[in-house]
Amino acid sequence: MPAMTYRDALRQALDDAMTEDKSIVVIGEEVGRYGGAYGVTKDLIKVHGPERLIDTPISEPAIIGAAVGAAMTGLRPVAELMYIDFLGMTMDQLANQAAKIRYMFGGQIGVPMVLRTQGGTGRSAGAQHSQSLEAWIMHTPGLRLAMPATVADAYHLLRQSLTKPDPVVFIEHKALYTRKEEVDLSADPLPWGKAAVRRQGDDLVIVTYSRQVLYALEAAEALARKGIEATVIDLRTLNPLDFDTIRTHVERVGKAMVVSEGVMTSGVAAELCARISEECFDFLEQPVIRVAGEDIPISVSQELESGSVPSARIIAEVAERLTA
Amino acid sequence: MTLTANSHLAELYRTMRRIRTFEERVGELFVRGQSAGSMLHLSIGEESSAAGVCDVMKPQDTFTTHHRGHGIFLARGADPRRMMAEIGGKETGYCHGKGGSMHIADMALGHLGANAIVGGGIPAVVGAGLSSKYLKQDSVSIAFFGDGAMQQGILYESMNMAALWSLPVLFVCVNNQYGMGTRIDQATRNTAFDERARAFGLNGAVVNGLDVEEVRDAARWLIDDARAGKPGFLSVEVYRFFGHARMDKSPYRAEVEELEGRKKDPVLFARAKLIESGLESAAALDALDREIAAEMDATIDFAVESRAPALSSMFRDVYAVGEPEPEPVRARIDRVLAREDA
Ligand SMILES: Cc1ncc(C[n+]2csc(CCOP(=O)(O)OP(=O)(O)O)c2C)c(N)n1
Ligand SMILES: [Mg+2]
Repeated sequence: MPAMTYRDALRQALDDAMTEDKSIVVIGEEVGRYGGAYGVTKDLIKVHGPERLIDTPISEPAIIGAAVGAAMTGLRPVAELMYIDFLGMTMDQLANQAAKIRYMFGGQIGVPMVLRTQGGTGRSAGAQHSQSLEAWIMHTPGLRLAMPATVADAYHLLRQSLTKPDPVVFIEHKALYTRKEEVDLSADPLPWGKAAVRRQGDDLVIVTYSRQVLYALEAAEALARKGIEATVIDLRTLNPLDFDTIRTHVERVGKAMVVSEGVMTSGVAAELCARISEECFDFLEQPVIRVAGEDIPISVSQELESGSVPSARIIAEVAERLTA
Repeated sequence: MTLTANSHLAELYRTMRRIRTFEERVGELFVRGQSAGSMLHLSIGEESSAAGVCDVMKPQDTFTTHHRGHGIFLARGADPRRMMAEIGGKETGYCHGKGGSMHIADMALGHLGANAIVGGGIPAVVGAGLSSKYLKQDSVSIAFFGDGAMQQGILYESMNMAALWSLPVLFVCVNNQYGMGTRIDQATRNTAFDERARAFGLNGAVVNGLDVEEVRDAARWLIDDARAGKPGFLSVEVYRFFGHARMDKSPYRAEVEELEGRKKDPVLFARAKLIESGLESAAALDALDREIAAEMDATIDFAVESRAPALSSMFRDVYAVGEPEPEPVRARIDRVLAREDA
């Protein structure tokens, strides 16, 4: 099997989807000639032309808003937001427009667009370029949300996103672009909306997504050396949310931990934790534990940056105490 | 070292040379792996915008900058050692390693903050202008930003308010021809940016950034007018000598263009002007350059030798001192697990 990077898998997904579906256009800053700030759209302009890889001025609200209008009138736009932090400027177009159009207008029309962006820590990019804002999306009815952790999912979830009838926010993790895995892209992918059980064990369930899946797996390896066997669930999409898979494993095992890089308070982990507590209450031997980002902005200092989000070491430590 | 003549141009030259040398040292800090990350945007080639505008600012004036703001802050009197330490993410930096290159700020020098959101720092000067007018501070507030921000809507909302309320505000576009890989004419049909400002009722001017004295003269009347209640806009035309950030090798522009662009060098231009007009000797300027090089070398040592911030400092300054602090995640987890352990 060929080895491929997360970045190249994303690029391949766009390339293949654009070849199959001529209504797909990519709109964003530096997506064409430059090939994307993180190189995801590199050279696609040579294959699909400047009419379909549309470089824009630095005008984020209009980029997202134009994608909304294009999606309502026959195109399937991929709007790229260079950093998820710029959601701050674009939330009106995303949350008040894209997310509500189908509903407000009584189901007449949908907004089949994908907002591709990247988030997370790992590059000392500072407070305005390192956030994990997926909770903002998950908190907005009308938006779908995909967050791939693996190279294969980078490909398949993006392909699947590009067939959906409603707006999908697709959040990549900036620390994963250079990650390489052996993948067979022709193998059947998991269906959209289905969580992946990345590892199965009987002592506790770790529910997570995006980069933290890798940390959870690393922690699970360390735990296994101590005789503790963890199940690791990679949610892949947060909306739709595959709670059935979570329920099945939590009921089987009785102990659960939720891991998220986003800030803890009112975050994705809070929602997952609440739901597990409510729905699996009778099966839980312990309270569900959240391991999440500190309730603070991200610092440029590498020490403070990495110290403010979960790591494999912290996940393993907490898991060990939870199962003691 | 004192220069032979006390010409003001020599002072401007000194400011520009300090900026250039500082930026070169930032590049070195990165190469040595001692910078916090690679998102370092050097203002080499743009020194005249910083030196020229800051030269006519008064001590009470305030400003915000974009992500390429090292030079502007230096021109306002920043301590380059604390700047370098901040760029290295160290405790001794201006923001104790929390901000970094793109978020340096210093209220003592009127620096209301550098910004990593293109256009993000612009409206704050409208607010500062409002304070100035209401509190009779006699201060002008200046927003520095790049040509890329010319396409952000917030600039026009800000210009409109500044004009509507007759605020002491100046908008300064450091037009280095590029926003990342996008040349200005690839971002807009009309690159006569001053026309936009005039359309909102502001003073508007464009100046060639090659000659720092021209920049200074343009800034002077615009700032004087702003202080009197007529806000303005200045576009300083320069060329971004190197890539957007440290990882960018500018493959999107031709080498000949770069070589041509780098001839538009405000530091060398001022130097030649000083020598040709007989104001300074080449030897005196060389000595000055060496003195500046030594000063800036020391900034690297200072940054490298400084400590990283203590881990516990991460919870400080989310809110004001004395207000409830965020509770560490670990403390919350410990409480839950302690109950279980019991
Ligand atoms: C709102 C926003 N959009 C995009 C970016 C990514 N970005 C950082 S700098 C930059 C180019 C800015 O160009 P310009 O304003 O001309 O400033 P310069 O870098 O040339 O000094 C871009 C697109 C950002 N930081 N903020
Ligand atoms: Mg520029």
